[in-house]
Amino acid sequence: MTLPASEERAGTIGVDELARRIRVHCVQMTARANASHVGGALSAADILAVLYGKILRFDATKPDWPDRDRFILSKGHACTALYAALAESGYFPLEKLETFYADGSPLAGHATHKDMPGVEVSTGSLGHGLPLSTGMALAGRRDGRAYRVFCLVSDGECNEGSTWEPALFAPHHELDNLVVVVDYNKIQSLGRVEEVIDLAPLADKWRAFGWATEELDGHDTRALESALERVPHEAGKPTCIVAHTIKGKGISYMEDELLYHYRPPLGELLDQALAELGSPR
Amino acid sequence: MRNAFLSELHDLAREDSRIVFITGDLGFGVVEGFMKELPDQFVNAGVAEQNMTGMAAGMALSGKIVFTYSIANFPTLRCLEHIRNDVCYHDADVKVVSVGGGFAYGSMGATHHATEDLGVMRLLPNMVVVAPGDPVEARAATRAVVAHSGPCYLRLGKAGEPVVHDQPIDFELGKAIVVREGSDATLISTGGMLPSALRVAASLAGEGVELRVLSMHTLKPLDDEAVLRAASETRALVTLEEHSVIGGLGSAVAELLAESIDVRTYFKRLGVPSRFSPRVGSQEYLLAENGLEASSIQGAIIDLLDRAR
Repeated sequence: MTLPASEERAGTIGVDELARRIRVHCVQMTARANASHVGGALSAADILAVLYGKILRFDATKPDWPDRDRFILSKGHACTALYAALAESGYFPLEKLETFYADGSPLAGHATHKDMPGVEVSTGSLGHGLPLSTGMALAGRRDGRAYRVFCLVSDGECNEGSTWEPALFAPHHELDNLVVVVDYNKIQSLGRVEEVIDLAPLADKWRAFGWATEELDGHDTRALESALERVPHEAGKPTCIVAHTIKGKGISYMEDELLYHYRPPLGELLDQALAELGSPR
Repeated sequence: MRNAFLSELHDLAREDSRIVFITGDLGFGVVEGFMKELPDQFVNAGVAEQNMTGMAAGMALSGKIVFTYSIANFPTLRCLEHIRNDVCYHDADVKVVSVGGGFAYGSMGATHHATEDLGVMRLLPNMVVVAPGDPVEARAATRAVVAHSGPCYLRLGKAGEPVVHDQPIDFELGKAIVVREGSDATLISTGGMLPSALRVAASLAGEGVELRVLSMHTLKPLDDEAVLRAASETRALVTLEEHSVIGGLGSAVAELLAESIDVRTYFKRLGVPSRFSPRVGSQEYLLAENGLEASSIQGAIIDLLDRAR
């Protein structure tokens, strides 16, 4: 079957507009649900916009198409950004986003696959996405399929041993159809990454494990697009993109603030957030 | 059982290229045949059970039927949340296989005693739990879990267990096998305790006690009907397992009996107390230490029948 032309999808609104809309949805969903985790969703918004707007080969009307590229949100708590990207890509109506966190809704507070077309797997416990992604990449390789697997991990889950087990496995098996993007926003649950468990030098770690690794500004959509459309960066190696990001990116009072791992934007702060995103109430 | 499983799986994998066997770097001397003949269906995940299990789910969600394989508690408890979230929540076609259930690795120490696995696996939604009683059941169980689409746990002994069934068996997941008919009491066995159960039955027959023996090779779903029939047709029920008395066969049967208001029976769980064995030793030694050798089993049944008189 023919792939939906990515230029067409992105061309409709453009990657930067898609990123802006994802942010608006993240803020609105989090506020409506009085939910947490908006900061980590906003840090990932540009990465998701580039993936869904430009990179991933998919057909939203056929979520089970065997040759689709897989996107695995390992940092499942950033699910508002994923749900928004999927809705904007046509997997389900935008109105469904309004049921986030609601009684009886499939839109759980961590990425959930049940009754959610486009969500490949349920995540939420950290350190699960990369093993799952590696299995998908290995199956695709052995079946001679052309699909790629893109896995977005948080910096916090680079504390998990189960992130580093597949990090060892994938290069050994030359899975160059596997791409990890690290949303390196430098803040985890209880503090700054460098104060909790310092990951630096993070890119060197992935490189040492055998990944073709590139560092970039995770909010520079052109840099992201350029890096992601060139995968694999080296034949026979999985690719790792260490994306330097800012937690809460796009909302001035949330940027680089641990508090917005937890606090939803409410009242005047919601008004301010939406105004800063160019979608005033 | 291990060799029967591997031989059967090898045959099945030749017929069905969707079958993938992932080992957690174990199986020296027994998995090489599969690896050499079917390299595209074989993976050594290394000593990394979390990744082994997550990858298995990822492969299953990409159309494979995936076996994960290791010994004792490594393929189950070590990576439990990956089984729960990645395998069971996604209803992925993954079969978790543990070799060395119970005290098979007795002398290796309590780290290698798999005495809680059945209970823990039973707790997980979507999980089918199977513990075959001899190599013949192990072969049949291997076929059955491949035919069943969804998560399964297959608990095997080690190697060298005696063959109990000298005739072809009718093996169905969730259906106990009546290995010996009897009308006085019923001994319900799971896993590798089956030969002991039959020895006890033969010995009791010499004392005029006719013991029914069930091989409850599937703990979940439990064969409720076979249990309730035994409870109504015989005077006492005893469960027998190389596993903690908490959570496994004994618990499953007790839960059923307690909620069956029409059933009145005498009931006893034989298994391992909830403790770590203070000493190591051979499988036979540790079974005896826990009251699971034939004479203790027989004594427990006679005591129960005395109370039932």
